[in-house]
Amino acid sequence: VLNRRCVEAAVMTGLALNCSINKKSLFDRKHYFYADLPAGYQITQQRVPIAVNGSLSYSLCIDNKMSQMVTKTVRIKQIQLEQDSGKSLHDDTRSQTLVDLNRAGVGLMEVVMEPDMCCGEEAAAAVRELQLILQTLGSSQAVMAEGQLRVDANVSVHHPGEPYGVRTEVKNINSIRFLAKAVDYEIQRQIEELESGGTILNETRAFDSKLGCTVPMRDKEGKQDYRFMPEPNLPPLILYDAKSLPANMNHQQVVNIDLIHERLPDLPSVKRAKLVERYGILPEHSFTLLNEDGLTEFFENVVKQTQMKPKKVIGWILNDLLSYLKQHSLTVKESPVSSFLLADLLNLLEKKEISSTAAKQVLAELWKGEGKTPLEIVKEKKLELIQDQKELEQICQAVIDGQENEVIMMVLG
Amino acid sequence: QKVTVEVLDHLEHLALVDFRDAEGVERLQKAIQFADQLRDVNTDGVEPMDSVLEDRCLYLRDDDVTEGNCTNELLKNAREKVEEYFVAPPGNIPLPKLEERETILQSS
Repeated sequence: VLNRRCVEAAVMTGLALNCSINKKSLFDRKHYFYADLPAGYQITQQRVPIAVNGSLSYSLCIDNKMSQMVTKTVRIKQIQLEQDSGKSLHDDTRSQTLVDLNRAGVGLMEVVMEPDMCCGEEAAAAVRELQLILQTLGSSQAVMAEGQLRVDANVSVHHPGEPYGVRTEVKNINSIRFLAKAVDYEIQRQIEELESGGTILNETRAFDSKLGCTVPMRDKEGKQDYRFMPEPNLPPLILYDAKSLPANMNHQQVVNIDLIHERLPDLPSVKRAKLVERYGILPEHSFTLLNEDGLTEFFENVVKQTQMKPKKVIGWILNDLLSYLKQHSLTVKESPVSSFLLADLLNLLEKKEISSTAAKQVLAELWKGEGKTPLEIVKEKKLELIQDQKELEQICQAVIDGQENEVIMMVLG
Repeated sequence: QKVTVEVLDHLEHLALVDFRDAEGVERLQKAIQFADQLRDVNTDGVEPMDSVLEDRCLYLRDDDVTEGNCTNELLKNAREKVEEYFVAPPGNIPLPKLEERETILQSS
């Protein structure tokens, strides 16, 4: 029995990825034997999936410089609904496999991309953007480490102008970082293999994160014959839009594409554009803001609570706060410095009660999380900027007096 | 047209069926002939039917959890288990190749 929420999530994701939604899609059985597939077949959508022909745009930094970003696009071939299998844990020492069937039968969305990416970095950037989109839509929390988002990479190499080479499928990739490594390793491996006169087998390989390489996977050699057939227990899935909405049907049974379209939240690309427009920050700034969970909210909260211009605030967020967080491997939510405290500090700076250098010192103190306010730290460390003109003159005079010789040299020359 | 030994062997691998004897193979042959009659029908301009349920609605279930917590009952079926996992061999145990197994197909 199909879960309605799965259908809605698939339609939302299809719309977000600019796909055509198939108002009628069909289910099929894919047959193969494996311990984590007790029924011996998986229900999927092989012939007519729920969404087709979309695209995903993502940004890439050239040469690791944040200031030079390019936009690339990868075509989405289709999105299909299917069942999950159970999870296999391989126990090589005892020569057995442990099978957990808790997730068997749970609905999955498979997003199939065209081979428009040419290296690990592009694959990683595309998947990262997809991850952000899925999280924004609420289709999935897309945490790779927990298997909520799984990526299988299909890699092939060919000389420019020649047809695509034989591809291998790389599985067991558990993070975006590993995705980039796995893809780059496999490209290298295939090039070396071909240059030394070998051939590439159309096989499935597993990524070994410890060794940083791919190895052939057991039981998945050669082309499989899945004997696809229509799933006899599931009629076609019919979706409606405003025009085709049936009059007498039970609302719970109707999925309205137009309604879902109206309710789509702002996608990451739109959010970034809005941040740039509203706060006058640079595109690469908005990219970093969205890339760190909770950072956008933090930034906006600081802006709300301070008179300092957003264009200046962003520097403190990205250069100071973020580097502290990264150094200590903390998430934004775990930050010992709250947006309130940072705003407080920036206000002191803005009112010229302290210097920029002093502000950085105060931030370092705040980072210790000892519960002191910025003002308390400033007083404690006597970091106040001296506003009294006379006092300043006296100090300058004392310095000049102490450096008499230097001053004479300067005046003369 | 007769079904070749290669196809029969392929089927035995894919579906783990055992055609057992000449009668089994003959039954398959007859089933294919019976189904082939479909080809005699002129289907020009007719949309293929892939389900007799095609004019029914696919029922959409609400995202409500209505059952579960039956670990013990499910694990009762397991021949071998470790904590709450089912134990399986390390990989699929492949059907031996044609030459190495006892099958009617050998003598064909």
